[in-house]
Amino acid sequence: MSTPERPAADTPDAQPHLAAAPEPGGPAPDRLPAGAGPARLAVRKTYKLYVGGAFPRSESGRCYPVTGAHGGHLANAALASRKDARDAVVAARAAFAGWAGRTAYNRGQILYRVAEMMEGRRAQYAAEIAEADGIAADHADRLVCAAVDRWVHYAGWPDKIAQVVGGANPVSGPYFNLSTPEPTGVVAVLAPQRAPLLGLVSVIAPVIATGNTCVVVAAERAPLPALTLAEALAVSDLPGGVVNILTGRTAEIAPHLAAHADVNGLDLTGAAPEEAAELERAAAGTLKRVLRPRPDEDWTADPGLARMTAFLETKTVWHPVGR
Amino acid sequence: MAEQPDRADPAAGTERAARPGGPHGTGPAPLGLEYAPAPESRAVVSLRPSYELFIDGEFTPAAGGGELTTLNPADEEPLARVAVAGAADIDRAVAAARRAYEGVWGRMPGAERGQYLFRIARIIQERSRELAVLETLDNGKPIKETRDVDLPLVAAHFFYHAGWADKLAHAGLGPAPRPLGVAAQVIPWNFPLLMLAWKIAPALATGNTVVLKPAETTPLTALAFAEICQEADLPPGVVNIVTGAGDTGRALVAHPGTDKVAFTGSTEVGREIARAVAGTPKRLTLELGGKGANIVYDDAALDQAVEGVVSGIFFNQGHVCCAGSRLLVQESVADDLLPRLRARIERLRLGDPLDKNTDIGAINSAAQLDRVRELARAGADEGAESWSPACPLPERGYWFPPTVLTGVTQAHRVAREEIFGPVLSVLTFRTPEEAVAKANNTPYGLSAGIWTEKGSRMLWTAERLRAGVVWSNTFNKFDPASPFGGYKESGYGREGGRHGLEGYLVHA
Amino acid sequence: MTDTAPPPGAAAPSPLPPDAAVSNAALRALLHGLPGVDEVGVQARAADLATRSVKTTAKARAIDLAISMVDLTTLEGADTPGKVRALCAKAVRPDPADRAVPSVAAVCVYPDLARTAADALAGSGVAVASVATAFPSGRAPLEAKLADTRRAVADGAAEIDMVIDRGAFLAGDYRAVYDQILAVKEACGPAHLKVILETGELATYDNVRRASWLAIHAGADFIKTSTGKVAPAATLPVTLIMLEAVRDHHAATGRRVGVKPAGGIRTTKDALRNLVLVNEVAGPGWLDPAHFRLGASSLLNDLLMQRTRLSTGSYPGPDYYTLD
Repeated sequence: MSTPERPAADTPDAQPHLAAAPEPGGPAPDRLPAGAGPARLAVRKTYKLYVGGAFPRSESGRCYPVTGAHGGHLANAALASRKDARDAVVAARAAFAGWAGRTAYNRGQILYRVAEMMEGRRAQYAAEIAEADGIAADHADRLVCAAVDRWVHYAGWPDKIAQVVGGANPVSGPYFNLSTPEPTGVVAVLAPQRAPLLGLVSVIAPVIATGNTCVVVAAERAPLPALTLAEALAVSDLPGGVVNILTGRTAEIAPHLAAHADVNGLDLTGAAPEEAAELERAAAGTLKRVLRPRPDEDWTADPGLARMTAFLETKTVWHPVGR
Repeated sequence: MAEQPDRADPAAGTERAARPGGPHGTGPAPLGLEYAPAPESRAVVSLRPSYELFIDGEFTPAAGGGELTTLNPADEEPLARVAVAGAADIDRAVAAARRAYEGVWGRMPGAERGQYLFRIARIIQERSRELAVLETLDNGKPIKETRDVDLPLVAAHFFYHAGWADKLAHAGLGPAPRPLGVAAQVIPWNFPLLMLAWKIAPALATGNTVVLKPAETTPLTALAFAEICQEADLPPGVVNIVTGAGDTGRALVAHPGTDKVAFTGSTEVGREIARAVAGTPKRLTLELGGKGANIVYDDAALDQAVEGVVSGIFFNQGHVCCAGSRLLVQESVADDLLPRLRARIERLRLGDPLDKNTDIGAINSAAQLDRVRELARAGADEGAESWSPACPLPERGYWFPPTVLTGVTQAHRVAREEIFGPVLSVLTFRTPEEAVAKANNTPYGLSAGIWTEKGSRMLWTAERLRAGVVWSNTFNKFDPASPFGGYKESGYGREGGRHGLEGYLVHA
Repeated sequence: MTDTAPPPGAAAPSPLPPDAAVSNAALRALLHGLPGVDEVGVQARAADLATRSVKTTAKARAIDLAISMVDLTTLEGADTPGKVRALCAKAVRPDPADRAVPSVAAVCVYPDLARTAADALAGSGVAVASVATAFPSGRAPLEAKLADTRRAVADGAAEIDMVIDRGAFLAGDYRAVYDQILAVKEACGPAHLKVILETGELATYDNVRRASWLAIHAGADFIKTSTGKVAPAATLPVTLIMLEAVRDHHAATGRRVGVKPAGGIRTTKDALRNLVLVNEVAGPGWLDPAHFRLGASSLLNDLLMQRTRLSTGSYPGPDYYTLD
């Protein structure tokens, strides 16, 4: 990615867009009709990181321009640094025990709440991914619906996964022996570069449904849906730190996460093919669980269990049976 | 420590006389109860002077002609020479495994694969005494353990997996899960035949073929297993055994012709393997080191807790990845527990591994003995108090007495590094929270123990321990139906149970 | 090999004064404050010790030791003076063909035959043990139990094997059990008191441990597993737990209470396993007829046959050993 970096600034973009005729899939109209009165100057959103339940700027003070599928400027996104990744891991670790310790039912309720929060903003998400991917509005809406439905799907998993992948083991002796899945811990997720919303939800939801917390590096090209998702997460009873979202250069941030000793798992879905092997090697230093990228993943397909089991440990507890 | 006749001279048949007067001082000398030497016969094993590689169903010399010598660690006497496989041999073995996979094993109906595994299980049962003695000779572990633990578990492992072979559609991995292909498997020296069973049984049951490298110091039972494969008429190439040391293992792991790598051994080597496998399509499971905590609460059944602590660290001379090498005892009961523990350790009988009354055998190799000595010394240097029972060690062979280090803190090397020997580090705690925090304060996460009579506290603790196996009110129990494996740097993947099949199948 | 046992520590109960002022609450606090026993763990330990191999010369000595620890027992409704006299002869000289065979420790009979046994054993060094206290059920008024005891002692019993009131124990009335033991102990006078716990009726190992401590605190010289009339009788785990109790009591007070497994010990292998338990659990300090007995009847002949087998190398036949 060769787009220039810019200093972060709250000052308005130097290239105002006209309200009247946005290009199809182009940037959002900057001037909107305000009733019958004169056109109103839109209030633009500053896109920041999502770390520990808050929306900080990058500690580096950097940002980068995000352009739509047709090349128009959409917004500036924070260009997260190594230290932002470090802070995100700290937040994810701090949230882990509490999140993993919630009842499965409660985690399911919260995931469903995320779906509810997204449902109300479908239009906003659809506009964002239409801009990002240059797709038609109805296609964009179908993808948003699929993303919402994916939360609903995973909202049902927390209180079932233990029954599906755990169970009693009939050992040959007077022992009660039970295997249960437990979350791996802090998982670094490189979100898919394509499918900026459905793909993103499809990698986050299975990781946190089972009690992990995560640091997500959003799609570099199209980070805005991730940040809008963060807004839904922030109002959906999800404890701060369970999901942390970084935007910026995947290739810059990922090596730090792959080598970070307090990260337990690494989802390489969004890694460039030429970088994935090196990241996996870095992850070997602390024996992280690594989910390798799969080419041409179909995000609309039934997700199955694999994304959950990749970041589950099996704990087997023995106890004698006696009087 | 109870004494046994000097085992360096196994031919000595005379019993040591009871000490006159005994330690009690009063009354007539107690008759006492010495156990005369009770050596298991070596005659059941017929060792060949040298062993070749087992490739494509036949014993075949190594291309390079290299050999290594495997010793009896109890007396340093050579047992046999064993071929060292080089790159060309690995090529041959992988090619044989591939042919067997594609031509026979991968397409054989599961029920038929199961029949072969049942056959192997039966032969292992039939030859269990021979295999137990051979394992004891090559490894140095007591015959009591090879006879009563290793071999029964080996046979059970093959029985268990034999039954899976035609039921894989019910393993929760889709209606028609597929094997991966050829598995490269590297195993350690601490449970040579048992680790072989943990690797080969699930691989074969799921339709994979294997190339397995046993440890350089304990290759003999794997070669005996090769004979068993012949005896069972297992199709050639389904199981290939390549012997050698680290270079052989590295060549096998790096070989591009395999689809799966399974390794049990040190975390250090595990990391190396994970790096080697990175960027390839190979699947990887790792079962690595540990620094298990054995937590004794003040309401524990103390006498059984003592037994659990002893078996936790002294079983197999502490050469156990899931050993309870850190005793975390609640401070309020430490003064009661530790004397009981010392008294119990004094009853352990160290000596001739072939003697049926031996509890503690030999350290497996000179290199391992050096490491145990070095770490035990580091513990003392760092201020821990070291205690061992009065325990004469045989003059020849590799021996280390059971050792308890008290006054250990989390900062000591002996509380953090895996010793893989009969050395227990004792730490104390005050509250359940502190016990859990200390237990988890390690990059490892393989095993842990909990001793309490209070059910809710046991479950509370078990829930919080970051370890793959939690033994509550017991320790070091294994079963083919029970998944085994670690959290964190103790590795990934599980062996045993339905979970263990996942490492050898593609969901489909 | 040292006779190590843990010194008194936090969980070792402090001995109660052996007097009648002890309340049931205090006894309950003591007994329920003992560390628990994990059934599977204790069974595993006993099974592990049962794999000990005692061979050749060690076996020969262990067999003689076991013979010297036998309480040769006949407790049948059909017992007669003739039967008891024959048993006494066997006790004194178990193998008429081999004078090197030691005498057993005692002959154990019903109280009404104590005099017969005492006459037959006079001067032999073999003690008369008599069951008492409405053996085996113990269901009789205390006065009857005490009379039973006094009469047996008066008739020459040097050892009294009493039964505890299992009903009271299971009902949690530890004070009643304690008081009865105290009273019987007093009635024993100079005779040694063995307290039968009847572990088969106590059902749990926790109860075995509690009953052991209760009997020890009440002044038992020996604690004994069973009457032989209830199954299971003397199992290895039960004996192991009782040995732990006397070991811990000795560590705390210096007093060495004896242990007597009885019932179901029929073979030399059973006897040797018991001796291994004694050796490794309580310590060699208990390897002495003064502190360990084996209550048995048919065991003796098996010990004698194994003894012959060791000394001659040939397997013996039962016809070559006296029935009693």
